[in-house]
Amino acid sequence: MPDTMPKTGKLRAAFSRVPLLGWLLGILAAVVIEKYLGTDLALGVGLPKIPALFGIDIMLKKPLLVPNAFLYTLLIYALPVGVVGVATAPLANRAAAALIRLPITVPVIVHLALFYVSMHLWAEVSDYRALVLRLTLIAVMLTLSLNVINGYMGEFSCSHPGFMALGAYCASVVTVGLFVDKGMFGIDLLPEGMGPFLFPVALLAGGVLAAVGALVVAVPSFRTRGDYLAIISLAFLFIVKSVIENLEFVRGPRGMSGQPDWAGLPTVFLWTVLCVWTINNYVRSTLGKAMNAIRDNELAADAMTVDTRRTKMVGFLFAAFWAGVAGGLFAHVLRYVNPGTFGIQQLAEVLAMVYFGGLNSVYGSIVGAVSISMLGEALRPLEIFKWIIIPLLLILVMIYRPTGLVAFKDLDAESLLRPKQGPDGGA
Amino acid sequence: MAIFLQNLVNSLQWGSFYALIALGYSMVYSILMLFNFAHGDIFMVGAYIGVGVSFGLLALTSSGILAIPNWLILVMTILISMFLTSFVGMIVERVGYRPLRNAPRASAAITGLMIGIILETGNLILLGARRISFPSLIETATYDIGGVFLTNKKIMIVAVSLLLTLALHQFIRRTKWGMAMRAMSFDFVAVPLMGVPVNKVIALTFGIGSALAAAAGILFGIAYPVLDPYMGVLFGWKAFVAAILGGRGSILGATLAGFLLGFTEIFVAMIFPSTLRDLIAYSIILLILTFRPHGFFGEPYSAQLRL
Repeated sequence: MPDTMPKTGKLRAAFSRVPLLGWLLGILAAVVIEKYLGTDLALGVGLPKIPALFGIDIMLKKPLLVPNAFLYTLLIYALPVGVVGVATAPLANRAAAALIRLPITVPVIVHLALFYVSMHLWAEVSDYRALVLRLTLIAVMLTLSLNVINGYMGEFSCSHPGFMALGAYCASVVTVGLFVDKGMFGIDLLPEGMGPFLFPVALLAGGVLAAVGALVVAVPSFRTRGDYLAIISLAFLFIVKSVIENLEFVRGPRGMSGQPDWAGLPTVFLWTVLCVWTINNYVRSTLGKAMNAIRDNELAADAMTVDTRRTKMVGFLFAAFWAGVAGGLFAHVLRYVNPGTFGIQQLAEVLAMVYFGGLNSVYGSIVGAVSISMLGEALRPLEIFKWIIIPLLLILVMIYRPTGLVAFKDLDAESLLRPKQGPDGGA
Repeated sequence: MAIFLQNLVNSLQWGSFYALIALGYSMVYSILMLFNFAHGDIFMVGAYIGVGVSFGLLALTSSGILAIPNWLILVMTILISMFLTSFVGMIVERVGYRPLRNAPRASAAITGLMIGIILETGNLILLGARRISFPSLIETATYDIGGVFLTNKKIMIVAVSLLLTLALHQFIRRTKWGMAMRAMSFDFVAVPLMGVPVNKVIALTFGIGSALAAAAGILFGIAYPVLDPYMGVLFGWKAFVAAILGGRGSILGATLAGFLLGFTEIFVAMIFPSTLRDLIAYSIILLILTFRPHGFFGEPYSAQLRL
């Protein structure tokens, strides 16, 4: 490398050699440092306590503390991530190269485990962080499943909160009825110890119910699409909400509470990983490509032997299933649901996440869900002005990138985890 | 029988709000092939502008600058608010829709939704969370016709909305601008080449749609005087349902479907417990769309939709 290279170029070259494994190690180092030194450092730079979300909330509440919060974020996150990332780059590259030779499941699990450990440590600092993380992960599931319909299949479905409500209520009825409220089914309660084993069953039941509900939208989609399908799905949303409001069995508009606290961070994380994995495989399969063909031109797809009915059916049911599972988790994270939660507001939020992140892309859904829900939390001190800033941001994104930030991009685990070759060719 | 007629009267009033709002959706759709999702909130803004204008006029009369009777204040409120709100619609078009004219339709839908949220929040910031009541400009007079109670307000609301619909129809059929609108809904590519000012026609379409929404907002304020910033959300979406049910882009269809939605909601509430209103009304709509997937007056679905 010639010496005349500017300093930033050198830095960029150093960073470009860091594989994902290296970044994860850096993040782990950062959260470990925060866990043990965070409080001291926060007091040291003049903050009352560890800032919950990267200091943004503190900056907005007390503008005088902006430099302090900035310094804290720099010292605790940016510096360790950068330093450890670059320092361990050769080692991480070698490890990544060794891992990638194994079956792809092994490196994926290693990376996910590392990621989870950092997330867990980060969330341990405050309950608020844990809650935000879990809701963010659920938002990822919702966004991804809506992206299957709106992005990959090219319909404009408004029914997602409805699917979510079906899942949330079904899972809640199973868990509350079997473990908490004796009066609901009139049978003896099951022992508490069985709960964690039955919880996945409850979630799956919710997902299946949502998928059955999706038939209402999927069948008309054979004959119509676009705006009429949007209306059908919207009508479905109103109907689901109204049905739940009228069911005294689930306490109608007052909502259901008392769900057992089983949706901890590990559970939600596992389900999210499962969701991302299956949806990613699904959209890259023949069926997923068939959805793209239908979106681009249904007649041509039909002529090219794509079974349009089957493709649409599977797409809707699959997306609704995951929305239902996400709804079940949502109910057990908040431990209270009421029909009002699953209305137009929720719809606008999920749609915003999908279109902000990017259509037809798993990355995009993750980016959209994480950024919108984190932004929503971080801007909380602004109170009502939050609802001016976020929509404005979205409008700008729509104007300058109409398909979203990271649209039309495949998520491929192998290329993501591969060791990074340095510019000089060394691994 | 009297109950039936009474509900018929009520549903005519209720449906005229839907019809007036649905017209705005339909007009924009017929030209741009997209739905202005901020329209429900423009209805809300129109109602608030109406409150502001009427209070202003009332203040002027009470201070003796203007000497006009209350009914004239009402007429002036409707006209001035329609005029002012049409600019809101044009601004929405300029900011949210014009930059996205060649983007996927769904992106424009998202901007519409977001502008709606901004309008709601802006209102909340400007006026606070308190509810604002519409001033009562005319005394309610009740007429009893064989057990059916008619009020002058109800008659006025239905009459004004029908009058506005007719005026719109005449405007679109008879004037040069209306002809330009019809031409553009017929062919969006060739017509601009013939020297039709596209942006002006689209802005005018948004303006007229918003003016109608403002009229609906004021009429709503006369019937149900308490306004809140989120009143446009549910109304807007329901009118959107009506616009599609009528057949996208069809003025007649939107009006009919708006009244039909009003009838359905009121009569469902008459026969069944009122909590079942949404459930049954939307099930009926779902059924209608299952058998007529393109609404009452819409063209059948073709795979060649402009996306």
